[in-house]
Amino acid sequence: MTDTLTPVLTRNWGTDRSWTLDAYRAQGGYEGLKKALTMAPVDVMNEVKAAGLRGRGGAGFPTGMKWSFVPQDNPNPKYLVVNGDESEPGTCKDIPLMMASPHTLVEGAIISAYAINAHTAFIYIRGEVVHPIRRVQAAVKEAYEAGLLGTNILGTGYDLELIVHAGAGAYICGEETALLNSLEGLRGQPRLRPPFPAVAGLYASPTVINNVESISTVPSILRYGKEWFASMGTEKSQGFTIYSLSGHVKNPGQYEAPLGTTMRQLIELAGGMRDGHELKFFTPGGSSTPILTAEHLDVPLDYEGLAAAGTMLGTKAMQVFDETVSVVRTTKRWLEFYKHESCGKCTPCREGTWWLVQLLAKLEAGQGEEGDVDKLLSVADTITGKSFCTLVEGAIACVTSAVRHFRPEFEVGCHTPAWDYLPYSASALFPISDKEVHA
Amino acid sequence: MSEPVPMAEMIQVTIDGVEVTVPKGTLAIRAAEAAGIVIPRFCDHPLLDPAGACRQCMVEIVDMGNGRGFPKPQPSCATEAAQGMVLKSQATSEQAAKAQADILELLLINHPLDCPVCDKGGECPLQNQALAQGRGETRFDGVKREYPKPIALSDLVLLDRERCVMCTRCTRFADQIAGDPMISLVERGAKQQIGIYPEQPYDSYFSGNVVQICPVGALTSADYRFSARPFDLVSTVTTCENCASGCQMRVDARHYEVRRRYAGEDMDVNEEWTCDRGRFGFVSARGDDRVTRPMVRKDGELVPVSWPEALDAAVHGLEAAAGSVGVLTGGRLTWETAYAYSVFARTVAKTNSIDFRARSASEEEARFLGANVAGKTLEESVTYADLEQAGKVVLVFFEPEDESPAIFLRLRKANRKKGLAIQTVSTFLSRGSAKLNATLVPARPNDIPQRLAELDIDSDTIILVGERATRIPGTLTVLMDKVRATGARMAWVPRRAGEIAAIEAGCLPGLLPGGRPVTDARAVAQMADLWGGDIPTAPGLDAVSQLAAAAQGDLAALIVSGVEVSDFDDPDQAEAGVERAFVVSLESRLSDVARRADVVLPVDVLEQTEGTFLDWEHRPRPVNQVVTNPRSPMTEIRVLAALAEAMGVDLGFRTPAGARESMADIPAWDGPRTEELAVRPEEVDAKGVVVSTWRELIDDARCLDGADSLLGTARPEVARISPQTLRTEGLATSSYVRLTGPKGSVTLPLLVDPTMVDQVVWAPFKGRDMALASIGVGVGVPVTLAAAPDPKKEGEE
Repeated sequence: MTDTLTPVLTRNWGTDRSWTLDAYRAQGGYEGLKKALTMAPVDVMNEVKAAGLRGRGGAGFPTGMKWSFVPQDNPNPKYLVVNGDESEPGTCKDIPLMMASPHTLVEGAIISAYAINAHTAFIYIRGEVVHPIRRVQAAVKEAYEAGLLGTNILGTGYDLELIVHAGAGAYICGEETALLNSLEGLRGQPRLRPPFPAVAGLYASPTVINNVESISTVPSILRYGKEWFASMGTEKSQGFTIYSLSGHVKNPGQYEAPLGTTMRQLIELAGGMRDGHELKFFTPGGSSTPILTAEHLDVPLDYEGLAAAGTMLGTKAMQVFDETVSVVRTTKRWLEFYKHESCGKCTPCREGTWWLVQLLAKLEAGQGEEGDVDKLLSVADTITGKSFCTLVEGAIACVTSAVRHFRPEFEVGCHTPAWDYLPYSASALFPISDKEVHA
Repeated sequence: MSEPVPMAEMIQVTIDGVEVTVPKGTLAIRAAEAAGIVIPRFCDHPLLDPAGACRQCMVEIVDMGNGRGFPKPQPSCATEAAQGMVLKSQATSEQAAKAQADILELLLINHPLDCPVCDKGGECPLQNQALAQGRGETRFDGVKREYPKPIALSDLVLLDRERCVMCTRCTRFADQIAGDPMISLVERGAKQQIGIYPEQPYDSYFSGNVVQICPVGALTSADYRFSARPFDLVSTVTTCENCASGCQMRVDARHYEVRRRYAGEDMDVNEEWTCDRGRFGFVSARGDDRVTRPMVRKDGELVPVSWPEALDAAVHGLEAAAGSVGVLTGGRLTWETAYAYSVFARTVAKTNSIDFRARSASEEEARFLGANVAGKTLEESVTYADLEQAGKVVLVFFEPEDESPAIFLRLRKANRKKGLAIQTVSTFLSRGSAKLNATLVPARPNDIPQRLAELDIDSDTIILVGERATRIPGTLTVLMDKVRATGARMAWVPRRAGEIAAIEAGCLPGLLPGGRPVTDARAVAQMADLWGGDIPTAPGLDAVSQLAAAAQGDLAALIVSGVEVSDFDDPDQAEAGVERAFVVSLESRLSDVARRADVVLPVDVLEQTEGTFLDWEHRPRPVNQVVTNPRSPMTEIRVLAALAEAMGVDLGFRTPAGARESMADIPAWDGPRTEELAVRPEEVDAKGVVVSTWRELIDDARCLDGADSLLGTARPEVARISPQTLRTEGLATSSYVRLTGPKGSVTLPLLVDPTMVDQVVWAPFKGRDMALASIGVGVGVPVTLAAAPDPKKEGEE
């Protein structure tokens, strides 16, 4: 099965002190930057565009095209902002990347900033993850000392200030305009669009916002070329990506593979389901992407394949649940997350998550009434399609996909508590009593 | 009117099949209004930047103007109309109607069902919307969000958090309009709420506006809370009497008593805003000092008497003083009442000794007013709209936030939206000036004429000069020289609501109505002809001279309306004058003049009468009768007419309407105007510390008596000096400073302000326990500073 894996971003994670400049350079680090700086910025942009790199943060927008939206005749400074606010439930790719190989990100940031003619760039990292923040800060310091950042980078005359900014701990700040607000010191709530960030983003200036993984992928494209990159993946979803497997597989972790790899392959790579159990459902890209079941094991995990299956690639966070898991409980836990993380700005999300959690809690406790499952769907329909940003759409996706696949289990909530129907201790990976689970 | 505004590009939009033409950039919700289609909304407000937060105004966009539509409903408050756009509102689109119904349901799940006890009940957009489009029964059977209630954002504004729909109108108002971003969203998700920094209340002169624009009952006024039901209130549109801004007000009364005042909607003047003073300062006439019966001094005591007896006593005293009578009208009368005094002075008292200026005043100012302010129409004057169009606005002896809040808001809007440059020639960058992004032209008060002369301005500049300019001789002379040299425009902005009208009515010793100089024989003949009979031609005394003469025994009688002796630079002299002369006081409250008067004739208060104010733009502002009270005294005009009659003269009218008819007969004056009095600025003594001061918006004004919540929001009284002055005056170790003038001293907390000009101390003119006039100092007057202990602690020892 080893041929399934394509370690590029993860290739150096296992080396000794992989996060240092020396270790990174020993693996050919910053070669991509050297090459990029010999090219015109627009050529760097075109290289990335031609490689077919698409955003790895969830939406899958072509990265090079996003860069091309920056109006270069705008007199204001251009900014690059790297979105490292990784908070989506199940998602754990950017944080290990920043821990293990922060220089990959730094190199990518320099190349990307160069491509859009930015002289100031920011890496915005989720505030709770102190260790990765320190690693990235240390890497940036090393890069400055090595002449890779600051003025006259590598003697080419290109200047770049790279600033590492710690967020204050809000899921919504992963939404790009909320992130910009937070970066400016304002309340982390999404902004009206238009104007779009490419035109008036950070400090009302043209701004590109890219995910950590997208930016980290850029150096390899420069180093090995667009053809190399496009040789991996599928026709419209080119390249490789990090799939994060968690839950009831034997070896959870990061699996870097070409786009279009299937769940069946990934579970095999992870050593299969835990012994004696079988797959019940999984998320393809974090909790905000509608869940899939065993019937979707052979769906190619790329942008198009998952869209065809009625879900999304998202952050490629595969949370794997076996048959011991109550889907009602899982959905309620997810909704509690969205309720807690709703920024409060707009009505559907703020009030809707409050309501959905109460409905789900009722069903989980076996206190549902006849019609409550329909009501759940009806309330979800009340909420959907009206919100300011897409946060609550993720919450709705949880509910509607769970009911679509497991409606009978929700109906059980009208008479039997979920913890009686599927005792929670059975899904724990360590011995625990049901009493302890409830506490 | 103002200069023509360039025509905006117009676009066509179709809403519910109705085609409308609107300027490019118009929001869809506004375009719908233009088509007569009302889309429900909570967060949207035409004067605030769009938020798109409540999502109530969802519409279906069938075509964005490019042949494509939106699959999902879109918020019309945050969507710009585009050429060829086709929209469907809830009236014709199931998608829009469902979206709106869904949002309403979500807004209501956490909203308390306390409408019967909520102030907003009966005038609540949420309640109306729920009634019009809501479900009859709720589907929500869960737990509602609850909070302890209410919390005080300030002494004036209370917040019931569970009623809030998070529209952020209040925080956007505070941030965008008033520039006081002290309320903000805190927490997040369903627990998001409006909050303040725990140790800092919402400190703003404009806080009442947030109560008015709150679309639910979340923000309430501490004064009005639980005091009336909206449907029991009778609303009257009138004009605020608190300053010369001319804000339109909507005053709500119940049981013959005003319960609350809201800002009226007049886009030419105050737009939809007003200040807290105008909104909350209306209870001063409800105290024990209200005069309701005529009084005459007998054996040294004022005793209530009948009207005939009081009028007899007044006539007796005035006839005894014949030829030696002065008239002081204060600055707060309507145009009609001021005119009645003007007529009374000339035809009954036979004198030109009439002056409205119960404040600092000079001959230079009187002549400036006659030459450059009197006899103007709105068309000839600088207007609010002109301020927005100006290239630059210069403030001289004028603090808009304290002295004319509507001008402050308009300047702030112009700066924020159009980048209007504002310069303030002043002693420090005040909080108001900072909010205007004004550039400080630093000057000691006595140097202001010099700084003004040096300014780089052109014909696209408007200079706003405040009434304090009179305190520094030569300021107004330099001002007019500058205006003539550069072609800049100028407006004189008084503090009080009645001053422009008083000037137009001829309440100055050298001025007859309409800007006619008393020195012009044709002007005198014209007025004598209109009023029937001879009128005096000898020049009269101004207010200060009248009081000085009275104190010396050279003026035998005074007729006084609405004047406090503490308003004058020399209150002792004013008091002596009032003590010595025979005084007829026309008053609604027992003022410090009325207490010393020989005859007190009660008059009604403004809310019981009608008339007209002229705002600083010379714009007529209607004052309407808000309450009727069968027991209220007569109008001031009626009392004057009665007094005139008792003295054998027919005033010609006895009502405001009659006064207006009489005024309408006065032709526009086409003759020469008053000549200016050129005054050279005094040589400035650069040594020593001088005073800079003005009246703050909320201070110890008599008309704010009883408005305790409002007074609780007054700014702390401080003495401001520069870091340099702190050192030169040896105050570095002190937190209090004693200001000593010729008549005494006051002690104030010391505030070191880096923007402050050296060798100047700024202090409020009047505070709760202090008045600069009482120590004999005012603008530009030398004062000595000394370190002082905390006066409160001193008292305890």
